[in-house]
Amino acid sequence: MNANPTTDVLFAGVGGQGTVLASAILANLCLSAGYDVKQSEVHGMAQRGGSVTSHVRFGSRVWSPTIPAGEADFLVGFELLEGLRMIGSLAPDGVALVNTQRIDPITVASGATQYPEDAGEQILARSPRAVLVDAFAIARAAGNPRATNMALLGALSAHLDISLDLWEDGIRGRVPPKTFAANWAAFSAGRELGSTSQGRH
Amino acid sequence: MKKILTGNAAIALGAYAAGAQVAAAYPGTPSTEILEEIAANYGAEIYAEWSVNEKIAFEVAFGAALGGKRALAAMKHVGVNVAADALMTAAYTGVNAGLVLISADDPGMHSSQNEQDNRYYARLAKVPMLEPADSQEAHDFTRLAFELSERFDTPVMVRATTRVCHGKGVTETTPRALPPPRPYQKNAAKYVMIPAYARQRHALMESRRAEWAAYAETFAGNRIEAGDPALGIISSGVAYQYAREACPEASFLKLGFTHPLPTELIQRFAGQVRRLYVVEELEPYLEEHVRLLGLEVTGKAVVPRIGELSPEAVREALGLGPSRVTVAVPADLPRRPPVLCPGCPHRGLFHVLKKLKATVSGDIGCYTLSVLPPLEMMDTCVCMGASIGAAQGLVRALDDERAGRVVAVLGDSTFLHAGLPSLVNAVYNRAPITVVIADNRTTAMTGQQDNPGTGQTLLGQATHQVDFEAIARAVGVEHVAIMDPMDIEPAEAVLRDAMAFPGPSVVIARRACVFVDRQQYDGALSVDADKCTRCRSCIRIGCPAISLGPESAVVDGNLCLGCELCAAVCPHDAFLRAATREAV
Repeated sequence: MNANPTTDVLFAGVGGQGTVLASAILANLCLSAGYDVKQSEVHGMAQRGGSVTSHVRFGSRVWSPTIPAGEADFLVGFELLEGLRMIGSLAPDGVALVNTQRIDPITVASGATQYPEDAGEQILARSPRAVLVDAFAIARAAGNPRATNMALLGALSAHLDISLDLWEDGIRGRVPPKTFAANWAAFSAGRELGSTSQGRH
Repeated sequence: MKKILTGNAAIALGAYAAGAQVAAAYPGTPSTEILEEIAANYGAEIYAEWSVNEKIAFEVAFGAALGGKRALAAMKHVGVNVAADALMTAAYTGVNAGLVLISADDPGMHSSQNEQDNRYYARLAKVPMLEPADSQEAHDFTRLAFELSERFDTPVMVRATTRVCHGKGVTETTPRALPPPRPYQKNAAKYVMIPAYARQRHALMESRRAEWAAYAETFAGNRIEAGDPALGIISSGVAYQYAREACPEASFLKLGFTHPLPTELIQRFAGQVRRLYVVEELEPYLEEHVRLLGLEVTGKAVVPRIGELSPEAVREALGLGPSRVTVAVPADLPRRPPVLCPGCPHRGLFHVLKKLKATVSGDIGCYTLSVLPPLEMMDTCVCMGASIGAAQGLVRALDDERAGRVVAVLGDSTFLHAGLPSLVNAVYNRAPITVVIADNRTTAMTGQQDNPGTGQTLLGQATHQVDFEAIARAVGVEHVAIMDPMDIEPAEAVLRDAMAFPGPSVVIARRACVFVDRQQYDGALSVDADKCTRCRSCIRIGCPAISLGPESAVVDGNLCLGCELCAAVCPHDAFLRAATREAV
């Protein structure tokens, strides 16, 4: 048990990947589940394809809107490099769920620097409870490649004590009705994968 | 009812609950969503507008308050610099109905050019200030600010920061209640600040400050939270949240009303604790006051003065050790800076300006991103509208060859915000500069808000659409041209002509932001690997949809919209247009 009585989830990705939607779904669920909850991210310039993070914290009482370094219980990486970049936010016994998708930053695309080819291995080496998730493949198999974020949320859901009904309601309320079935299928497949790596919670 | 709200939504709801009837703003991160929330949800009951700049927004709110309706003006921290002229004297006149100024500061400069601490504005203007620490307080304090404004006959400032504005928290909201009417009464001695009247008003205002100070002593949002007497922490805003988390055992003096400060309460708290700290972001605003009281206190000697705080930064500052062992992050990971979007018309403009070796006097907007590699096409950028003024200075200082290549670049909204008087100055003083109005038909960086160039108001009404060409001609610019910045060959000729013109010239670079018109291009391009020589010409335009693969340049079909700028710069004709591909 963490000395800090909150559960902290850090979402990390690239501007435009849907980290904000995923974190908003989680935050609203936490309210429905009766927790105090805070969510924090930044808008504006940071959204133009740059690195983005979104913090969700819930528990009986949440103070800081941002997760202190080294205290995140979960790191949900929407992109490999961004997962690796934020690995220091994770508690030593925290769980990293990182999408294997790779998006080259402009600094790599322009040839100025190299993308770390072993980003996945580096994540696994640093976090004993890290899981690499091919969320894009899961979403595609579920019939909607855009549901990558749902696959990741599904993987996260396997570790959280929040009922499946609440997840279903939360997602249904946030995605277009036509896409719910595919989103839910992606979520469910992600959840199944996440449960195989389940531990502490 | 309990909801999860951003601080900005909570401010909007607080104003709604208070019975506000007028709200005005110029978009600016992190304040933008306050007016968007009001317009989207309460537009029928609150008149809401995008003003052309923050000074006008504040003046509109001021006039409405005089006229008898509770009014709010919202802006980012640097917007208050623009509004300050009106604020300083509105503090003398006071109000009729409540007048609230929301200042949304940006410690850490997530989307700003500086991180000035606007709490000093409350002290400078001599207006009361409330500082919410979360969404609940953002709601409650905004609502209260209207009452205090009327009670003390003064504008009231609510100062929030990025983590309050864009942070979400559980918030209990209050239903709307309209205050009793306050009909306008002509009162020149109160509202017309000629020196004779201003002297009276200043004296009156000083006499009132004692009332505010007395209020600060008893306000429930200024409270002692007794804990371990060994460590006492005075804090306000989001810094309080960080400190509470970092030091759960400590005693706290949590301040919500921070101008004027509650002197007796601070002294009482200091008397209850053995070691006294002030934990605040940015400047030693609270600390200076505590020191003036002759109290022994530690603040900026240990607490960082730069950037945002965090629980771990507070722990470290107070000598409580680092929070936790953290997993080491590998050094030198590739950075991922923000970039101009695929299809962004600014990319074409700066590509051409680079070719022309322009010295670019820049401005505030998405186009500021052109400063980063690979474009690297901005020489200066300080504040809204400064591009035109700075260009006029540059041509007075640079050698003739470079002076002939000075180009001011600013967006459509930025031009109207503060560029227009500067263009008049350029004509008046015969400054040989070229001004490019990058007219992408929206206020893009803050999330595509309307402005006088779009022909639509915040409440969705059709309105007159400003004609930039006619403005330029009307103020006396003799060389005015319009071009499509993505049609780079003609664009280069247009810019070359304008730069060669001996007097001030204006070029309107017109193409819609890809978020305004997503259908303007024909779809993703691809690369003919046989033709591509990996010469990197396309890489140099800095499009996030293009990368250099092992065999050839590669276009990411999910990102590419088909603007064809890459095809235009490719010397080997290696890009296949959407239509071409289908034909093959």
